[in-house]
Amino acid sequence: MSNLFTVSPSPHVHSAETTSKIMYRVVYAMIPALLWSVFVFGLDALRVTLIAIVACLAFEYVIQKYLMKIKPMITDGSALITGILLAFNVPANLPWWIIIIGALAAVGIGKLSFGGLGSNIFNPALVGRVFLLISFPVQMTSWPVLSEGEVDGLTTATPLGIIKEGLTSGTPVSQIAQDLPSSTDMLLGQMSGSLGEISALLLILGGVYMLIKKVITWHIPVSVIVTVAAIAALFWLIDPERYVNPIYHILTGGLMLGAIYMATDMVTSPMTPKGQLIFGAGIGIITISIRMFGAYPEGISFAILIMNAFTPLINNYVKPKRFGGN
Amino acid sequence: MLKTFKIGGVHPPENKLTSGNPIEILPLPKTVFIPVAQHIGAPAVPLVKKGDAVKAGQLIAKSSSFVSTNIHSSVSGTVKRVDFQADSSGYPKQGIYVDVQGDEWLEEIDQSKDLVKTFDFDSETIVKKIQEAGIVGLGGATFPTHVKLIPPKGMKAEVLLINGVECEPYLTSDHRLMLEKPDEILIGIQLLMKAMNVEKAVIGIENNKPDAIKLLSEKAKEYKGISVTALKVKYPQGGEKQLIKAVTGKEVPPGGLPIATGAVVNNVGTAFAVYEAIQKNKPLFERVVTITGKNVAKPSNFLVRIGTPTSELLEAAGGMPENTGKIISGGPMMGRALASIDVPVTKGTSGVLLMQKEEAKRDTVLACIRCSRCVSVCPMGLEPYLLMTLSEKQIFDRCESNHIMDCIECGSCSYTCPSDRPLLDYIRFGKGKVGQIIRSRNK
Repeated sequence: MSNLFTVSPSPHVHSAETTSKIMYRVVYAMIPALLWSVFVFGLDALRVTLIAIVACLAFEYVIQKYLMKIKPMITDGSALITGILLAFNVPANLPWWIIIIGALAAVGIGKLSFGGLGSNIFNPALVGRVFLLISFPVQMTSWPVLSEGEVDGLTTATPLGIIKEGLTSGTPVSQIAQDLPSSTDMLLGQMSGSLGEISALLLILGGVYMLIKKVITWHIPVSVIVTVAAIAALFWLIDPERYVNPIYHILTGGLMLGAIYMATDMVTSPMTPKGQLIFGAGIGIITISIRMFGAYPEGISFAILIMNAFTPLINNYVKPKRFGGN
Repeated sequence: MLKTFKIGGVHPPENKLTSGNPIEILPLPKTVFIPVAQHIGAPAVPLVKKGDAVKAGQLIAKSSSFVSTNIHSSVSGTVKRVDFQADSSGYPKQGIYVDVQGDEWLEEIDQSKDLVKTFDFDSETIVKKIQEAGIVGLGGATFPTHVKLIPPKGMKAEVLLINGVECEPYLTSDHRLMLEKPDEILIGIQLLMKAMNVEKAVIGIENNKPDAIKLLSEKAKEYKGISVTALKVKYPQGGEKQLIKAVTGKEVPPGGLPIATGAVVNNVGTAFAVYEAIQKNKPLFERVVTITGKNVAKPSNFLVRIGTPTSELLEAAGGMPENTGKIISGGPMMGRALASIDVPVTKGTSGVLLMQKEEAKRDTVLACIRCSRCVSVCPMGLEPYLLMTLSEKQIFDRCESNHIMDCIECGSCSYTCPSDRPLLDYIRFGKGKVGQIIRSRNK
């Protein structure tokens, strides 16, 4: 025989899909929202994002190489996504050293301490964000004031913060609404908030791109948003002076960012469509509960992390339909 | 809306390079090696010894039990020896070497090209003739056809499904047969219908073969009870369970036989072999084989005598391309990689695919990102990622409770995994172990 052949079991062909292609599609999907935040918050937004990305990649490399002693996988795109998402979840005026601490919490604790990509239970970027929110509550809730696309050093509250403060002090909704942005501003992103969460429109645009490219399916985002909207609408219909119009719950805060980009994280969400609907509904219920009855104005980060913990349980009980089975 | 099966499935690039190439007769080789086990079931027992003269069509190894088949010589010549040689499984298998001399067929075989339309046999005679002719499922599963035609007690066949799906990329042997031998196939179907006492037969063909759908639909009008259903292109539609689901909407219960849905499935190639066996007295000793691949000089469809070494096919297709890294018997999704080009063509060989070195290489295995693509493409509704992990950790009781034995080994999971994880490799291992456990428990 002149030639040695490869002998391996079938299948002998493979689809062109790769893990890093999927990861980079998520990155592309976030670019419009990133550009918008640079437009709104100025170069500060870019500074925060770059620091977050570089810090996440650096921690990933160093921990994998020197602590875990494995081949660093920083080009797979997953740490890049964590970096961008971490930046998207913090105010655009956050000091650089806090961002770096957040990156260490995200990559080091959230991801690599569990064994790295695919083994983590919680969404790494959210681990970072919640770590910072609890450790640096002042810096994490001081949002820059928007003024003609420039940041002037003053800080303000987000629409959800205004609502929470107003309702807690007993102010009726009709009065609070005067301080809130218009629906158009909320949709486009002319309002205060974390770096990447403000433009619902551009976040949805990126979500549609991910749907078309089959990075995500509709189940999680739709179930999160529908659940939040339904519960908010129910309370609003009961007492519109004590509960705000559901439109505020949908378009402000981190709902779009969380529902489309973080709850859909494959590693930490259920495997079956049915499981994903349950997961999304759980996130929606916890989010709106925290927003309406909790101490924090916003609850999506906690909601996603809590449901992340339920994912193995959901996977265990919600099985795909067996061929020929009932 | 075209019919198809409901859950899972993938659509690999079709690469049907040879769908326009008419079937050519491959020149006779110098020697053939005819294995006595070319089917599922017990190997046949050799009837000849060294030095015996044989003719094409002569019985040379006899079926040894109900689930077994006869083996006939595919050539005329002298038996060189009865010996062992590796077949497509890679294991040495017993078989008969015949030195080819001339091309003399048994006298009772009708070698004319005339179409013999009419027949007057009862179902038992047809089944007996099929059994004698050594016919097995030619789609690749090689299950003895006569066994399928006799339903187990208490079950009744209602419809005959004919598999003209050919969902494997590259392969075109069934496609060409449908285009070139439509009447023979339809008469073969009538014979099978008679054998099973059913009034209805449906030929399922994927929509990427519009010429075959059109031709057979028109011809089928002349044959009572036979119709053609066009199916959406989706792998693994040629799987028995998937085809039944696609055409009838019924699901074979887990661990059950297809007949539980009232359907029996046979391949178009099998229908053609049935025609030849009964109307022409010709046992199964040749079949259509596609030889193909991106670098093959002359990809073709050949009519090949059973036992012909793969090397002869390669030569007729313009020689082995320089960069060949893998030779596959069958299609790229379920075919077997050959270790040598001496492996003979057998009854189950539907094609030979040559892959380039770079195509043959598997990519680095990365961590599972739990993207759930394997779950969504599994046509059996399984969770391949979970079965792989459970097999890897050797937790076989949970493999079983997660229905690992339902796996049809179509490879859709491994095909689709973005992290290139060898899902099916591990699932096969787990299936083997769980199978052993189940057998020892039932003892």
